[in-house]
Amino acid sequence: MSSEVSNPVVQPVFTGDSTHHQDSEGEIHENGHHEHHKEYFFTKYVFSQDHKTIGKQFLITGIFWAFVGGLLSVIFRFQLGFPNQAFPFLETLFGKWAPGGIISPEFYYMLVTMHGTILVFFVLTAGLSGTFANLLIPLQCGARDMASPFLNMLSYWFFFAASCVMLTSFFLPEGAADVGWTFYPPLSGVKESAPGAGLGADFWLIGMALFIFSSLLGGLNYITTVLNLRTKGMSMNRLPLTVWALLITAILGLISFPVLLGAAILLLFDRNLGTSFYLDKIFINGHPLDHAGGNAILYQHLFWFLGHPEVYIIILPAFGLVSEVLANHARKPIFGYRAMILSMLAIAILAFIVWAHHMFVTGLNPFVASVFVLLTLLIAVPSAVKVFNWIATIWQGNLRFTPAMLFCVGFVSLFISGGLTGIFLGNSALDIPLHDTYFVIAHFHIVMGVSAFFGMLAGVYQWFPKMFGRFMNNTLGYIHFWITFVGAYMIFWPMHYMGLTGVPRRYYSFDAFQSFNMFGDLNKFITIAAMLVFFAQLLFILNFFYSMFKGRKVTDPNPWKSNSLEWTTKINPGHGNWDGPLPTVYRWPYDYSKNGDEFIPQTVPYKPGEEKLHH
Amino acid sequence: MSTTLLVTIAFVLFVLVVFQLARTTEYISLLRGEERAQEDADKMNGLLFLLFLIIGGGAMVWSLFHYKQYMVLQAATVHGQWLDSMFMVTLLFTGIVFVITQIMLFYFAWKYKHTKGRKALYYPENNKLEMWWTVIPAIVLTTLVIIGIYRWFQITGPEPKDSMVVEITGQQFLWNYRYPGNDDKLGNYEFKYITAVNKVGLDFNDPAAKDDYMATEMHVVVNKPVLLRIRSKDVIHDVGIPYFRVKMDAVPGLVTRFWFIPTVTTEEMRKKTGNPDFNYEIACDQLCGKGHYGMKGIVVVETQAEFDAWKAKQPSFYESSVKGTDEEKHFAELTEQLKAEKEKEASKGHHE
Ligand code: HEM
Ligand SMILES: [Cu+2]
Ligand SMILES: [Cu+2]
Repeated sequence: MSSEVSNPVVQPVFTGDSTHHQDSEGEIHENGHHEHHKEYFFTKYVFSQDHKTIGKQFLITGIFWAFVGGLLSVIFRFQLGFPNQAFPFLETLFGKWAPGGIISPEFYYMLVTMHGTILVFFVLTAGLSGTFANLLIPLQCGARDMASPFLNMLSYWFFFAASCVMLTSFFLPEGAADVGWTFYPPLSGVKESAPGAGLGADFWLIGMALFIFSSLLGGLNYITTVLNLRTKGMSMNRLPLTVWALLITAILGLISFPVLLGAAILLLFDRNLGTSFYLDKIFINGHPLDHAGGNAILYQHLFWFLGHPEVYIIILPAFGLVSEVLANHARKPIFGYRAMILSMLAIAILAFIVWAHHMFVTGLNPFVASVFVLLTLLIAVPSAVKVFNWIATIWQGNLRFTPAMLFCVGFVSLFISGGLTGIFLGNSALDIPLHDTYFVIAHFHIVMGVSAFFGMLAGVYQWFPKMFGRFMNNTLGYIHFWITFVGAYMIFWPMHYMGLTGVPRRYYSFDAFQSFNMFGDLNKFITIAAMLVFFAQLLFILNFFYSMFKGRKVTDPNPWKSNSLEWTTKINPGHGNWDGPLPTVYRWPYDYSKNGDEFIPQTVPYKPGEEKLHH
Repeated sequence: MSTTLLVTIAFVLFVLVVFQLARTTEYISLLRGEERAQEDADKMNGLLFLLFLIIGGGAMVWSLFHYKQYMVLQAATVHGQWLDSMFMVTLLFTGIVFVITQIMLFYFAWKYKHTKGRKALYYPENNKLEMWWTVIPAIVLTTLVIIGIYRWFQITGPEPKDSMVVEITGQQFLWNYRYPGNDDKLGNYEFKYITAVNKVGLDFNDPAAKDDYMATEMHVVVNKPVLLRIRSKDVIHDVGIPYFRVKMDAVPGLVTRFWFIPTVTTEEMRKKTGNPDFNYEIACDQLCGKGHYGMKGIVVVETQAEFDAWKAKQPSFYESSVKGTDEEKHFAELTEQLKAEKEKEASKGHHE
């Protein structure tokens, strides 16, 4: 059998029954393993097909983008916090974009647009799912690698190509795209409508298309792997919630990203080939355009058909990571395992039928809008269930506050704060005053931006030992957490007040309006908090790279006394993950503090007479 | 240049100092044993969570009262007041959930921090409990949906019969206002008629357009319903009037609408706010290019008498700016062009 498989990592042939097909796996692998050809630097670290390495590549690229995206926000916060104040160093750094040391409006909008794009797609989608789906799916399912390691490698390299295109766009003469991360036409569809609607926008669209390919290749693999390559005994209801979350995320992506690809391609056509999918009756710069018969709102439907599932593509992996880490460090089973899965499924389904809540004031038919109100507020129910279940999980626990655990507690707090404001926005009538104000900025940064970051950071601290065989520095981890947690609230909480005053988002300056110009001090405060938080992230990055090479070595293969399978491998597992046969699973991963045992790994059979729950 | 360098160096040094300090602390605490170190950390972080709850909660309450002064708590329109009370109801429900859950979270974090010898409770599920916390949110949300949709249909429903109509057209980066003349009817427009003068493309072949007048500010009458017909010439803009709780996109190729009843005149609001320069402002709420942040309009709310006096002074746009000028010739040319185009289209249709 092994001779049919050209890949060094031997994959079982699918037999149609996920629990039995890997019986002979160990044996196959023995053959495969010794036939390994020598690994060259390039195949080991660059064009690697090992899911763990690919995961690290996604992570490190994600950290790079998080740094860039974060930096962009610090720069545009300068303008908001210290409007019209000259900072000569800005001119030194950015030249014509900051004449006299003051950021120009064009530059401001470019920064805002790219900040959103980078953080939503490149960090919290690719960086988050790419890292943890790659690292954890095979390890926690008990598989040697992904179903198709080659496609998996391609997924990373498409992401890399997308990254190159986006990065290049910063250096174009007219600069990068500046029409908002949501890229609404006609602003994005007509080259002369904005400086960054020229070549920068084409680069953006091409970059996104490559990005979508990456996401689809990855997603296909994640789904196939979870469905087909689970080890013996790993039934679906014994899967860790991380894997469940990543599976559902991948399905969401697979269904919704193609729609964005379509929207982007049509937009490219409108821009470059004279079609009129989104354009109609436009008179700009003193002359009429020939485009006729399109509909600008069509784009918004297509965009948000991806866009709303996208926010769950971002947050679901965080749900999974947090559930896993929270249970592990509370030394308690996750409360309501089945409810956790059901609520994720409910969220996933509802996520596809709420998109128009981003469009309540576009002139949408009021009846249609009212249906979306109902569905949108419905999605708050499974979200609430998750929150209650997390709180119940720490109740009567014995909480070990590792940095990962701190980020989990922080996550729950933020998710509550941001989720509740969704209830205001989801009610179309209330959305009228709040739409496109800082209230929305506060809502989605807290519930998605910062929360997902917290889930991701919890994951990095938790699985760093698995990735690199070393620990990160805890003290730095604590400093990192507290500055970030307090700072995030300092930045985003006051934005609610601005939003309730009606202050619009995407304003370069508030000078022109008496209705909005009274928040000077608050804006300064927010900018300083943002700089502080950015500084804390630098500590994290330093900690990350320093610990990668110099961190304290892991000596116990299961340092967190965890139940899931990844901790049954060697400290530094090779390609193929387990040296011997694949582990067999007998129970769910959350038997913590059961019958006096602090933890019972999934590979431990039930004792005679042991109570079985339903797993 | 040199300050840039200096600031950068100082910053990098600061990061490195913190980094070194943390490394040393970590080293010392590990000398005392991994277990001891983790125990100290558990205690400290548990306490910090409790402090966060208390201090953070305090800061939140303080800031809420501090910034309340800026929030428009009383909208100056009828529907705005409905929305304000709806906001308060939503705030009440979500506020209760917020306070309870955040207190539980941080209190538990502190209370159940690791203590040696204590065992966590094996408590994997409780179906009854989970049912309750599914059903109760569902009921609360249904209530909110019912209130919301009821108001939504009122707000988006047909405007009252006696509404005055104002057309507002966005362009990069200003607003144009058009009023019907004495016929109370807005004349036709056609985007191909738009020129530098005829900014919104009035069709002067339509008699109803001939008495329409253009204004530089929007004037409306207190307690009289206003219907906005909203258009855009180029990209998407958005008519946002914070004091009115009005917001609606202006989309090229479409006409959107929003109606409201202003309840407080500009003059009254000046007294109320103690600001003699107070004005109701229109802000563009949809990113429309580099001048988006300056795309401001003014709404003047006045009595019927004041409005009538103002209106009497507004000349018809056709009479004042087009009639007898080059613009009129230009308009005639455009009309011919358009006619020719239409004929061509029609004949194309015939051949097929
Ligand atoms: C409790 C359930 C939630 C409800 C009812 C809700 C509702 C809404 C609504 C109605 C909007 C549009 C507001 C506007 O533009 O006027 C919105 C914006 C947004 N929400 Fe939520 N939301 C919820 C949870 C979430 C979650 C969990 C995430 C992400 C993880 C999220 C991410 C976003 C983002 C990114 C935007 C703004 C996008 C933009 O305009 O740039 N929301 N939310
Ligand atoms: Cu949404
Ligand atoms: Cu605008």
